[in-house]
Amino acid sequence: MDVVINGERKRVTPGASLLDVLSQLELDPRAVVVEHNRRIVRRPALRDVKVNEGDAIELVHFVGGG
Amino acid sequence: MTTAVETVRDEPLTIGGRTFQSRLMVGTGKYPDMDTMVRAIEASGAEVVTVAVRRVNLDRSKESSVLHFLDPNKIFLLANTAGCYTAGDAIRYARLAREAGFNDFVKLEVIGDEETLLPDVAGLLEAAKVLVQEGFKVLAYTNEDLVTALRLEDAGCAAVMPLASPIGSGLGLLNPFSVRTIKRRLHVPVIVDAGVGTASDACMTMEQGVDGILMNTAIAAAQDPVAMAQAMRLATIAGRAAYLAGRMPRREVAMPSSPTRGMLD
Repeated sequence: MDVVINGERKRVTPGASLLDVLSQLELDPRAVVVEHNRRIVRRPALRDVKVNEGDAIELVHFVGGG
Repeated sequence: MTTAVETVRDEPLTIGGRTFQSRLMVGTGKYPDMDTMVRAIEASGAEVVTVAVRRVNLDRSKESSVLHFLDPNKIFLLANTAGCYTAGDAIRYARLAREAGFNDFVKLEVIGDEETLLPDVAGLLEAAKVLVQEGFKVLAYTNEDLVTALRLEDAGCAAVMPLASPIGSGLGLLNPFSVRTIKRRLHVPVIVDAGVGTASDACMTMEQGVDGILMNTAIAAAQDPVAMAQAMRLATIAGRAAYLAGRMPRREVAMPSSPTRGMLD
């Protein structure tokens, strides 16, 4: 099943939760903020939200800026 | 290096209920490397440090987050909405930043023009109103226009941040009169943000009586960022001290400093 993560098409396991997606990408859920189809998903809810074909997921964090 | 400022009676800077000792805030962008950034921030004495919200690099995320190099327990992270050209985008970025879980402050930028990076003040006001409603402490990056600054204060912004000159330009304080006017008329803190190039710019800005100053490129793009950070720390203190001391009146004619009496025949 394909989803779009940070603008890139990625294959994920059908039925995966957002937490599963992070784990597949080897990302620490405490170090990123997750937006799923334009809605922010808080950390405790990541395991409850399942992803579907074509979903848009944004994973952001803080970088250097002014 | 210590700085003798014991003679200056000053109050700490309070923004949105948070109190800071340093009136210099610094950015974290454009440093040659992270070690230089960390040492420069330390040399600047800044407590408030700005960061940007961006996509995680899916290939090598661990190296790219600035939080691997900064301790959020020691510094106050101020997320910005840099790069946003609409109120909607800025609101989206601000919400994501807050979700990172550090604080509910945001340095709100809504940019209106790519060449000058000048703010879109209509979009800025719109975004500020929404974010204030959502409980954010909004520090609004704006131009040096008094009426916009007043509207931002009315909208509930925790601080207003007029520019000295365009972002990254290093042109210094181009309009001291307007910045002074904004400071005189607003009740919330006025923090000059962007445009400072060197220490004299920082000093001159603080001499206008503003509450603080925020800079990034002036330090990060200096030949020696750590040394420039220290210069900026001293200049900010000096400018503030000079403002509190109260400068002498300007006059158009000279007045001798030495006695005119007692001269030889």
